[in-house]
Amino acid sequence: MSAIEFILAGMLAAATPYLLAALGELVVERAGVLNLGVEGLMALGAVLAFIVVYHGGGHLLGFVAAGLGSAVLSLVFAVVTLGFRANQVAAGLAIGILGQGLSALFGKTYESLTIRGLPKLAFPWLSEIPVIGGLFIQDVVVWLSLAAAFAIWAMFAYTKVGLVIRAIGENPKAAHAIGYSVITVRFAAIAFGGAMAGFAGAYAAVVYTPLWADGMIAGRGWIAIALVVFGTWLTGRIFLGACLFGAVSLMGLAAQATGLDLPSQLLASLPYLVTIIVLGIISADRRLLKLNGVASLGEPFER
Amino acid sequence: MSAFSAAFLPTLVRRERASLAATLLAPPVALAVATVLNLGLYVLMGRDPPAVLYAMLLEPFLSWASFSEVLLKTGPLLLIAQGLAIGFRAKVFNIGAEGQFILGAIFASSIPVWFPQATGQWIWPMMLLLGAVGGALWASITAFWRVRLNANEILVSLMLSLVAAQFLNYLLLGPWKDPNGFNFPQSVMFQYDAMVPVLISGTRVNVSLLLTIALSIAAWIFMQKSFVGYKLQVGGLAPRAAGYAGFNQGWAIWLSLLIGGCAAGLAGAAEVAGPLGQLQRSISSGYGYAAIIVAYLGGLHPIGIVISALFMAILYIGGDNAMVSANLPIAAVRVFQGSLLLAYLIAVAFVRYRLAWRRTAYRSQP
Repeated sequence: MSAIEFILAGMLAAATPYLLAALGELVVERAGVLNLGVEGLMALGAVLAFIVVYHGGGHLLGFVAAGLGSAVLSLVFAVVTLGFRANQVAAGLAIGILGQGLSALFGKTYESLTIRGLPKLAFPWLSEIPVIGGLFIQDVVVWLSLAAAFAIWAMFAYTKVGLVIRAIGENPKAAHAIGYSVITVRFAAIAFGGAMAGFAGAYAAVVYTPLWADGMIAGRGWIAIALVVFGTWLTGRIFLGACLFGAVSLMGLAAQATGLDLPSQLLASLPYLVTIIVLGIISADRRLLKLNGVASLGEPFER
Repeated sequence: MSAFSAAFLPTLVRRERASLAATLLAPPVALAVATVLNLGLYVLMGRDPPAVLYAMLLEPFLSWASFSEVLLKTGPLLLIAQGLAIGFRAKVFNIGAEGQFILGAIFASSIPVWFPQATGQWIWPMMLLLGAVGGALWASITAFWRVRLNANEILVSLMLSLVAAQFLNYLLLGPWKDPNGFNFPQSVMFQYDAMVPVLISGTRVNVSLLLTIALSIAAWIFMQKSFVGYKLQVGGLAPRAAGYAGFNQGWAIWLSLLIGGCAAGLAGAAEVAGPLGQLQRSISSGYGYAAIIVAYLGGLHPIGIVISALFMAILYIGGDNAMVSANLPIAAVRVFQGSLLLAYLIAVAFVRYRLAWRRTAYRSQP
């Protein structure tokens, strides 16, 4: 298998944790809230899913537990920032630390244990195309994540719910004045974002690398937040960004396989370095960020 | 839900002026709430709460030996938090102190690693200086990305911390590994002159604590008394007003990040040249992240931060005690830190707002 085939076949699965978490954060940020706790929400979801699957609850129940658990933790963030109008940056960091702490606490007795992942489903015919065929052999969660990306794109493009969320993010006072409850919509968006981060963590822990290790999320939650900026708050671009990071995270393995002698620490920092570089390139275009950005992002709403 | 909240939940009403009582009460109230919540968690985990409470909050005071360890931990937390708070007040969110700390430690270690035979009293001061330079250089990447490329400093500084941790691993597993160290990922033990002199004999508390206290006083003078500090604060509170007054925002970001980087780098240098005496993987135990909580809990005020740093150090030492005597996983400290900051953020809302049970000024929209 050539390096290109290897990356194409594994890219979507590697991209899925990024994609799910970034889609959740996209909805949260479109509603005008910046939740920096994604890393912690993912860590909590990961450990909950792992525990459920390890004890024989099955993958479906594992994902449900992860989604519910992370949604509950994200509601704590919602109460602190929406109810008590706290600084969203500080509250997000606190949720991140709390989630990672809870994850380490719950996962302590499961360290280095393994479980079984999910089988891959192949599209007939498409999966037999040379070179790109690997793209069409994926587990069910990858297909569902792609569907979720499509659904969220359609929601923002065509539905009233999407329009209301965007209006609240752009100008909460005006949205309130015409009768929409800013706080309620933001609560719901934060809970949705929490559940998506939980699913992302669950995918990382029970499908992608079905082995428990403390700190296994390894910055992917932060990269997901950066992805929302990379994608300039547009679903399609976020999907492309997630694919890029999926490919980058496989590049280390591909490089080692081809016998390139690079220090493993350099390969491990590759996603972080790419994040820094891309963030610089995209943000330097101030007009682009202003055009697509969310006007009220990070500001508490007060009537 | 909004109908429900309108009927049953109290609303926050802005106070005419900020409440001083609430400002002073917020940290202790948050501490009490977080303690109760976490004790509840320990009960669920089947631990004995009084034993945990005793080990965590009392034992650190019961012997001079353990209290001196608290003082030792206070140093880096205090130093990093003072630097971060200056930036936070200017609304520059440098959350990459962890990486700046690591780079400070690496820069400082370069002298004993490259010149293990060197002697002289100049070595440890030089190491501290190099540490501050290393931290500032690492932070300057974030500053450049923010000012010139308009990139979010939160994400850039955090990513740089993850890169710094990998860089440290690389050095300790590769070029800087102690050849006689039985393959452990650590550097050579530093020579005598590369260690900061001990301040209180019989303990590990060293001269860097004095330096930290001096810098805390300097931070207080800078933030409360100097014009430059005033400009930074105005830039954070009212960016537009600061712009009209001709205060340059890019300059404020550079200054905030360089101060934060210097302080964190200095703390990293003091850690390797102090209690550790060599460069190791576990040089930090999360000081860079804990210091963010210390800064907020101290109300971003230089004096408040002294108290909150001391408290956070007690929590660290107490957590170690509880791990031994009450069989509590060390992750419990992180859970406590996170819940403490959340409780504080709720408590501090009452500085600017008060609760009103019935709406007087507003009618909810139909």
